Amino acid sequence: MNAKSYDVVIIGSGAGGGTVASELATLAHAGKKVLVVEQGPRFAEGEFSGRELEMAPSLYQDEGGFLTKEGTMTLAFGRAYGGSTVVYTGTSMQPPERVIGQWNVPGLTHADLAPRAGKYAAQNNVHLLAAEELNDNNRLFVEGCRNAGYRAEQFPLNVKGCRGTSLCNLGCPHGAKQGTHRVQLPAAEAAGVEVVTRAEALRLGERTVDIRVTEKRPGTKGLPSEWAPGEYRISARTIVLAGGAVGSPALLLRSHLPGLPGRVGEGFTCHPAHILAAEHARPITNDVGHPKSFFLDRAVEEAFVLETCMYFPFTTAKNLAGFGAPHSRLMHAYPRLQMILVLACDKAVPGNRVAVDRDGNPVVHYRFTRETVQALVRATRASAKIFFGAGALRVHAPSADPPLIERSDAARVDELIDASHFKPGKISVSAAHLMGGCGMGGNAKDSVTDSRGVVHGRPWLRVADASLFPDSLEINPYLTIMALADRVAEGILEDVGALAVEGV
Amino acid sequence: MEASVQPTFAPVRDTFRAVATTIVPEAVKLRPDEWGEVESIIEQGLASRPASIRRQLRLFVRILGLLPLVRFGRTFRHLDEERRTRFLLAIQDAPLLLLRRGFWGIRTLVYMGYYSRAAARDEIGYRADVQGWEVRR
Repeated sequence: MNAKSYDVVIIGSGAGGGTVASELATLAHAGKKVLVVEQGPRFAEGEFSGRELEMAPSLYQDEGGFLTKEGTMTLAFGRAYGGSTVVYTGTSMQPPERVIGQWNVPGLTHADLAPRAGKYAAQNNVHLLAAEELNDNNRLFVEGCRNAGYRAEQFPLNVKGCRGTSLCNLGCPHGAKQGTHRVQLPAAEAAGVEVVTRAEALRLGERTVDIRVTEKRPGTKGLPSEWAPGEYRISARTIVLAGGAVGSPALLLRSHLPGLPGRVGEGFTCHPAHILAAEHARPITNDVGHPKSFFLDRAVEEAFVLETCMYFPFTTAKNLAGFGAPHSRLMHAYPRLQMILVLACDKAVPGNRVAVDRDGNPVVHYRFTRETVQALVRATRASAKIFFGAGALRVHAPSADPPLIERSDAARVDELIDASHFKPGKISVSAAHLMGGCGMGGNAKDSVTDSRGVVHGRPWLRVADASLFPDSLEINPYLTIMALADRVAEGILEDVGALAVEGV
Repeated sequence: MEASVQPTFAPVRDTFRAVATTIVPEAVKLRPDEWGEVESIIEQGLASRPASIRRQLRLFVRILGLLPLVRFGRTFRHLDEERRTRFLLAIQDAPLLLLRRGFWGIRTLVYMGYYSRAAARDEIGYRADVQGWEVRR
């Protein structure tokens, strides 16, 4: 095994890892050795073809269909230089004050997080799209909300030069989305931070991490790794885990470090989501323009959030309930489809957790609670009213049986959409906002890390990703992850300063 | 990755295609080379999955093929379209999670194979383009 030594190793390059890397650029500039280890590849300009079949396997773990152990939900998380920030839609929400307060993490306040999130919003060009950039799919959502008695809000987005390809979830072909792959990582590399891609973190030791660098397979996308293929043992003064809510707890669990907090992997939560579709009488602009420009926040009142969305043919087909002629008719109505993504504000509950199998691979245990199912049903009813409010002819609701509801039945949506039709394993449910597993808290009994991401009992080991969340964030998480990662980086810089003073 | 193993559904191809055409009725019009494309996409999607998953999927197709004997006295392939649909609807709604999950998996693979093709994108009118608004205004 090859041996290397660094001052800081960051495992993961998404919203958390990329942020820590950019904040530690000053260290690199001062001659310290900082390394980012990323499992996925780095992509060349022009490789983002927008084709589902090519991009999904290149960008996502299990092509975006990572199944929970129970087999009733798929999880989507990115695996690339920039992590999931390459494949999200760029929605940039401030940490919600109510939720941060409810988390009740000693040492963590909304007042501290908000300006940090603001710093990254400015850095990433977060703004509202102009009216002329909005497509019909989004405009109909706003109109439908208004007619159904709701108030839609516009998403702040981190795009620069968006050309409206609608292909955000397959990686922007024009690099318009200002993820860490466009902003933080290039800045960090320019300052001397090293990044190694196609490098999987196998296990941690005391101040070491073993990684395996793999070769680029012929015919696959992405650039070769910066390092020669093989296994490496890297020693470091500080190691930062930023592999996401599945990757970070799984790495800790398979490493079997003695005396780790007992809650590693516990507290996993997500925003379980359905894709709903409705058919209009005329074609609308839906597969052109930014797909996710508006949302409806009903987290407080009804434990759900609705977002505009538009997906690619296979993803759409998979997420529509049923099969046969009714399913085909809806697919062939694609140019007339309006879509809404419904997300339940799930809570962390005992039993929903990240574990590892005997080979050390991550396994996510997840069961839908009654509250989550009810939230999805309420969200589906609200969406149906919004669709009909926008003039849809028929609505496809997975929690109805049969799933198609005609306009003539619009007054009956509360009756037709019912939890009794929500059958796990029958209905497609997916989640992209994965949270928890290394939750912050006060001590090793109630949590894995402190409010600055330091793993209890291991001052050299920190966490800087969504696994830090002690519970659901109830809104799109990436600015909050960046704000928390900023705190982690600040802690590292303070430690380095203290060491310098002590002459270490 | 097992490059030399036979395609997952090769030993149960006739049943698989009968199930696939019930899930996507337009698939009955596929030419042999188009079936090849559908099955190759599915195989590519399964390539990174453990061999045990592929075995389970193949076994599940076998079960789908034989189970109708109990209810209809014929294998799935020998049912008419209406009975095939009724049978799969019953599996999709089965009280047993294992059956629902298994069918969801097969259905997902069929959709992957069929709708990931360029021809299917054209067929349903999907027009997303890397040039975005530029080619649509």
